[in-house]
Amino acid sequence: MLTIGIDIGSVATKAVMMENGKKIITKHITPTGWSPKESGERVYREVLEKNGLEKSRVNKVIGTGYGRIALDFADKIVTEITCHGKGAHFLHPNTETIIDIGGQDSKVIRINKEGQVLDFLMNDKCAAGTGKFLEVMSNALEVDISQLSALADRKNGRKINSMCTVFAESEVISLMAEGAGKGEIARGLLESTANKVMVLGGRIGLVGEVFFSGGVSKIPLLRAIMDEKMNNPLIHSQDSQYIGAIGAAIVGAKKR
Amino acid sequence: MRPEMMKQVEELRGVNAVKVKEAKEKGQKVVGTYCIFSPHEIAMAAGAIPVTLCGTKEEPIAVAEEKLPRNLCPLIKSSYGFAVTDTCPYFYFSDVLLAETTCDGKKKMYELMGEIKPMHVMNLPQQSEGKENLEYWKNEMMKFKGFLEDSFETKITEDKLKAAIKLGNRERKVMKDLHELNRVKPAPLSGKDMMMAQWLKGFNVDKEAGISIIEDLIDETQGMVDRGESPFTKDTPRILLTGVPIGAGSEKVLDILEESGASVVALENCTGYKGLDRMIDEDQEPITAIAEKYLSTPCSCMTPNNGRIDLLQRLAKDYQVDGVVDLTWQACHTYNIESYNVGKFVKEELNLPFTQIETDYSDSDRGQIKVRVEAFLEQIQG
Repeated sequence: MLTIGIDIGSVATKAVMMENGKKIITKHITPTGWSPKESGERVYREVLEKNGLEKSRVNKVIGTGYGRIALDFADKIVTEITCHGKGAHFLHPNTETIIDIGGQDSKVIRINKEGQVLDFLMNDKCAAGTGKFLEVMSNALEVDISQLSALADRKNGRKINSMCTVFAESEVISLMAEGAGKGEIARGLLESTANKVMVLGGRIGLVGEVFFSGGVSKIPLLRAIMDEKMNNPLIHSQDSQYIGAIGAAIVGAKKR
Repeated sequence: MRPEMMKQVEELRGVNAVKVKEAKEKGQKVVGTYCIFSPHEIAMAAGAIPVTLCGTKEEPIAVAEEKLPRNLCPLIKSSYGFAVTDTCPYFYFSDVLLAETTCDGKKKMYELMGEIKPMHVMNLPQQSEGKENLEYWKNEMMKFKGFLEDSFETKITEDKLKAAIKLGNRERKVMKDLHELNRVKPAPLSGKDMMMAQWLKGFNVDKEAGISIIEDLIDETQGMVDRGESPFTKDTPRILLTGVPIGAGSEKVLDILEESGASVVALENCTGYKGLDRMIDEDQEPITAIAEKYLSTPCSCMTPNNGRIDLLQRLAKDYQVDGVVDLTWQACHTYNIESYNVGKFVKEELNLPFTQIETDYSDSDRGQIKVRVEAFLEQIQG
């Protein structure tokens, strides 16, 4: 049985094809751009082409992510919370908690030994502590978000107090005017992001082995800072960004 | 599948706006209130019409923010906005306003609102248990009674109070019976219809007519139950909605829950079941009986507020709920802080999934709330 999970995030659209919900056949990623519908269709087509398959060979297509409703060809729509649970469980079966920081939201999910969601929390409607926050701040520092980790000071960070992305940007500009180094500010931004998600996690408990996912989890120094704050190091996988799509493909293989 | 009578219930909105005007023209007095701590029976005993005032819509909030801080609960801003823009017919026809010192936001807003119309503010104790608090609250009842007697140049007798209590209890009982119909699995009424019927009772100018409509709605709905009819199935997740009050214009989260496939079977909030749980004791001295009933309201402005936990436990069991959703208005400190202990109780003692949603009256976060609600329902369904 072949299933495809498509996760349309605010920044990137991910697709994963699986066999019987147990083995990953293909992973694919593309920028979401302005049209979630178009990127969803494109990623679907590309996965089929990559494997030389006809649509009819795929048993189920499951959509997830913020753009999920745009996937009118999907057999089922499931939220990214449920899919992240299943995806993290697939990649690391001992996972009990997931921290996910994506482009426009951050969430903490607790799951059971079967990967089912027990409890979850999402940030409120503000962008603080999300990928968007780091992107705006990187712009203020005139670097690309992918360079933020390398730029950041290894030891000292300037404290960023503002919770709001707009005010934090003014704060960063003021700090630069005061002569603070870009490296200190960059580290401060990563520390601020880590603090915010730790508070969110504290509300429902960062229990057992904690899996770190979402686009923002690709920033090495942020992972190091979070590891320092936690008693046990975070679990990270090369495929972290795909857990939503993996989870969706697993949901598709479920008999029901 | 929806009872035909719901049309008549919905029409009450227009009907009552006309009725309050007619009553006013005949010389009847109107007492405008905001909260279920307001003892409507004392106003009724004064021969006046007690009505709930508007405060559930987004529209007047912008004007309210000219005087009130942005970071304030939308219910308070909306209530004040309706008053300053004079867009609520019930406010317009009110002779006097009755308010209570419930939360900080409300009591300070009332100082501004009192500049628009004569307002009596009852000093509500912050603790509901203890004899001294009841004595204090009884005295507040006497002061309000005196205020109405002076304002309307009338005498509120014990007989009139007793008659008002009987009528108030009859209304409460019929609303309670209606709410309890949704104990059946699957529930015969959508949460939206239940909310509308319960919320509209606050505007009932003619209480007898209102009671009669709800009795007919109950008969029709009971018929649906007997025939096994429901807009839901036995597998539809059954949700208990607790937290802040909602009405037409502020039902966003209830709508999202039901659009996403849930059946909201119980409304613990003060526009729903909270005020219906306990009747006024008809055998006691009326002022004491009224004071006891209203002081027992399990609102988050009380400390401690154990009554809410007790009520949630009963509702969760009686309505066979699958999950609890706690709705909090932004900047409502009392409900927001209390949510922590409510969540702990629901998850650990009732062993039910729980989620809190903090929002305002605007539609800006609809998409985000939808994700949370859908994920919550997926969590319930496994």
